[in-house]
Amino acid sequence: MRFDRTPLLIGAILVALLAGGPFLPQWAMFMVTIAIARGLVALGLMLLLRAGLVSFGQALYYCLGAYAAGALGRFFGISDIFAQMLAGAAAAGLVAFILGFLLAKYRGIFFGLLSLALSMILYGLLVKNEALGSTDGFNILPSTLFGIRPGPDWVRYAVFASAAVVALLLALAVHRYLRTPLGRLAPAIKDNEIRVEYMGASARHAVHVMYVIAAVLAGVGGALAATTVGHIDPDMAFWTTSGEFIFITILAGTGSVVAPFAGALLYGVIHTTAYDLSPNTWQLSLGAALLLIIVFLPEGLWSLFRRRVSHS
Amino acid sequence: MNQLLSVGVDGVIYSAWLFTAALGLTLIYGVMKIVNVTHGSFYALGAYAGASLTGAWLARGYPPMLSYVVLLAAALLVTLLVAPLIERAILRFMYAKDEVVILLITYALFLILEDVIKLVWGVNPYFIAEPYALLGSFSVAGLAYPTYNLILVALALVAGLGLTWILRSTRVGKLLLAVIHDPEISRAMGINVNRYYLITFTFGSLLAALAGSFTAPTVSVVPGLGVEIIVLSFAVVVIGGLGSLPGAALGAVIVGVVRSLSVHYMPQVELFVIYFVMAMVLAFRPRGLFSLAEPRKI
Repeated sequence: MRFDRTPLLIGAILVALLAGGPFLPQWAMFMVTIAIARGLVALGLMLLLRAGLVSFGQALYYCLGAYAAGALGRFFGISDIFAQMLAGAAAAGLVAFILGFLLAKYRGIFFGLLSLALSMILYGLLVKNEALGSTDGFNILPSTLFGIRPGPDWVRYAVFASAAVVALLLALAVHRYLRTPLGRLAPAIKDNEIRVEYMGASARHAVHVMYVIAAVLAGVGGALAATTVGHIDPDMAFWTTSGEFIFITILAGTGSVVAPFAGALLYGVIHTTAYDLSPNTWQLSLGAALLLIIVFLPEGLWSLFRRRVSHS
Repeated sequence: MNQLLSVGVDGVIYSAWLFTAALGLTLIYGVMKIVNVTHGSFYALGAYAGASLTGAWLARGYPPMLSYVVLLAAALLVTLLVAPLIERAILRFMYAKDEVVILLITYALFLILEDVIKLVWGVNPYFIAEPYALLGSFSVAGLAYPTYNLILVALALVAGLGLTWILRSTRVGKLLLAVIHDPEISRAMGINVNRYYLITFTFGSLLAALAGSFTAPTVSVVPGLGVEIIVLSFAVVVIGGLGSLPGAALGAVIVGVVRSLSVHYMPQVELFVIYFVMAMVLAFRPRGLFSLAEPRKI
């Protein structure tokens, strides 16, 4: 068995982020934090994608996480960033556990369409819910850490650092999970589900577990995005948001648990620069990139990197 | 009683509109097994082409009664320009891929077309109210409805019945049924399957563009039209069963009536209830209400 370099890579990234963070300008810190939040969602989608499942409704859990974090501040006055992430994870995980009994039976486009319908249900509920601000959403209180309120210069770094620590720990956990028998089952389900069943494994159970993990990751991501942006609205559950996450996942590929974060950062950079350069053609460039990647790099950008390493 | 009547009228109008918008989606899925996200783009393309051409037509003082023909021509023009191009240049190379991958490819094309629309027509809204107001209105139970809505109902009837007639009674339709049933054998029997895919994609997209261009007079045409309609069409088509024609009709009626009921009695659940029905159908009859038994893939 080859030496596993991923934990080292994750550790190195964490150290670099924590040490480099204070030197980053505010906008860059914001961009990286959002990329971490989106990367968490994409990491969950990557798990599902390994089993050949594409969820067109992962925004459901992203939005749930954000609203759980927001509700904590709005109704209980709690703005601790770890409490918010925990609330996001718990809300998303609970809903996914229940819905998972149903969704674990679905494959292919039906999995995609059912998850789409479920996320649109949440969207439909939120846009008409006045207690939660209907279409406008509401603002989130500035974050605190364990009861300490960081000064205005440091609050962004505090959020950034907490996001980095939590996200990379989760990435490490997912990496470990991928090496368990249950984690290794995913590609097998994609290749031939019937053989998986004959082997004595339960594909449905494996998909259910994967689905809940993906939802928890998306919930944490949503809570992070909420506290970073300081505002949430129902568009977080709309299908175009799910589309963005799918884009990031396909862009990154399923090669490594670090890939979704790199993909999310790249997406953020493309989004910002393309939007600045020409606001009316950035979707065009995204669409073209997506098309090219699906056709020429079905394993995502990460496969480029991996191929070069193995050749050398 | 009066309110029930207006629920009924609203339901019929909304169902007819939904049916026209979603019919092409189910046709394309039925023949090509593509869940076609670009369907929303063709709806938006049709709306923009209809609004801009009719606007130009009326601005020059041509007879306003003919603006309905212009709406029709606009949809035809824009579809014939774009749909064959997409099918020939991109989609035809993808048919061997997995259904989900083709879904993602059409999503990528959808993103591209969204911006193409912005580049061609800009981001400012288009209004053309004349065709909507021209025909006057009729009243049911004391409520006035623009007569234009009857055109939408007629369009749905013509599209639905016309397509059924083509499939059942013409040579092209019967060959198409053979392609739906088994593309491989059809090809072996000498049917030019690729040409049928091209025709189907163009015709299905035309239906979306028609729905768009005939909706244009009733709304302000702004970016994001396609984003709204595609997810609604998915709901309609999924409820009836992907690829089923009567299913699309049933789905449109269910969504239309459910929405109209909720608008009149519980406006706060309007969107929720549509997707709730969609999720329920997927949960209990994943292949839709009009589905046939599916052979096991072993």
